[in-house]
Amino acid sequence: MRHLLSISDLSKDDAVLILDTAIEMARASDGPMKKLPTLRGRTIVNLFAEDSTRTRISFEAAAKRLSADVINFGAKGSSLSKGESLKDTALTLQAMGADAVIIRHSASGAPVRLADSAWMSGSVINAGDGTHEHPSQALLDAFTIRKHCTKGGGDLAGLRIGIVGDVLHSRVARSNVLLLSLLGAHVTLIAPPTLLPFGVENWPVDISYDFDSVLPSLDAVMMLRVQQERMSDLFFPNAREYSRYFGLNRDRMLLMKPNSIVMHPGPMNRGLEITADVADSARSVIVEQVSNGVSVRMAILYLLLAGAPSEIGANS
Amino acid sequence: MSAALSAQEISRALTRISHEILEKNGGSSNLTLLGIPTRGAHLASRIATIINSIGSCEVPVGTLDITLHRDDLRMRPPRALMPTLIPQAGIDGRDVILIDDVLFSGRTIRAALDALGEIGRPKSVQLAILVDRGHRELPIRADFVGKNIPTARTQNVKVNLSETDGEDEVLVSEGESK
Repeated sequence: MRHLLSISDLSKDDAVLILDTAIEMARASDGPMKKLPTLRGRTIVNLFAEDSTRTRISFEAAAKRLSADVINFGAKGSSLSKGESLKDTALTLQAMGADAVIIRHSASGAPVRLADSAWMSGSVINAGDGTHEHPSQALLDAFTIRKHCTKGGGDLAGLRIGIVGDVLHSRVARSNVLLLSLLGAHVTLIAPPTLLPFGVENWPVDISYDFDSVLPSLDAVMMLRVQQERMSDLFFPNAREYSRYFGLNRDRMLLMKPNSIVMHPGPMNRGLEITADVADSARSVIVEQVSNGVSVRMAILYLLLAGAPSEIGANS
Repeated sequence: MSAALSAQEISRALTRISHEILEKNGGSSNLTLLGIPTRGAHLASRIATIINSIGSCEVPVGTLDITLHRDDLRMRPPRALMPTLIPQAGIDGRDVILIDDVLFSGRTIRAALDALGEIGRPKSVQLAILVDRGHRELPIRADFVGKNIPTARTQNVKVNLSETDGEDEVLVSEGESK
């Protein structure tokens, strides 16, 4: 496989290979070998047409630890803000010899368009496209869950994971539903009906409108950000009501199983979907998700870029 | 396919290598053993067991995966990574013994030397090898050799160890060289 566009392109073995590789990357980063020569001489472009802190910095750190050259390229301060098309941007990157483009775009499908076109020959990595997918986030979430809720290897069979909140607008939720169920976990979506997408009944998940009844059975709770910037309609009456039914607060956290974890892809709306005391509690692995993100992205870059034809996705 | 080394010969070779390591380094007090996964790591723990049974103190053992330092990454599909576990004390100022199963082109050892350079500055680096099959492509030699087996480039040398392959033996077979 040359590109990472969607979790649906991965087989279970591919996903496990990425997670296993990430363990060794994490070990390398924790130890004395911070800088690895693996991608020396490769040029990786961070093309972020939509704002991002974690994902962009995380990919940049991952690429730099593998000794690749990184060019950062945002919507603000580039010709994208002058209205340059994706095609012309891609042709420019190709002319500069980019070996890989990590793209975030507000349009669902932009990375696929880039990968399928003849505009550029490098690898394309989807870092979040519209409300479609965010595969590297799902992989780092699975990595975090595997580290905390299993003995560290293999898949996530038998685990129960809840994804709570704005599923409708969440690319993180879409990628996670695909990946976690691929790895054998049982996923429950918990959200008001207005924030569940059309056709959700065909997803490999359970659906619940009652957070309190599901919470005690979960091994991991993934809170989603309420994406106010994508909300053009009235999806819930007001923020207080949303917090009361679907927010994770201290009282609700007491219902959770021992050793179960609280996750959030960030950025958090503290006080809306998650209260500050939960976000900063011992159950919260939110900050750890960020450092795991670097290891997982190192694994993705290594598997996509280091070798000749890649092994992952070879059967797709 | 013919067996170049039997289980008994492997065991004798490892015992001899262990003694040679101790003799050359004047004891085990400053030694750190690093095996190169997969089979080098098993050999390292076997050699450590032997050294511990003779020497005065526990010798630190670790593993060093050199995949990320290889020079042929671009020519092959990416491989899965193996664990790198450096003993707590680190390698600074230690006499590091690198241990691998087969010495062939020498490129693995070059990569291992690069990887060691990232980790620290050992007092010395020595190389222990179960089988030296010749055909070096780099100026690298082993300090401790289990057995020299002259081979043709096209032959394959396969080291089987009970930990991974069920039994101990070294096989030389005809075939297309990789």
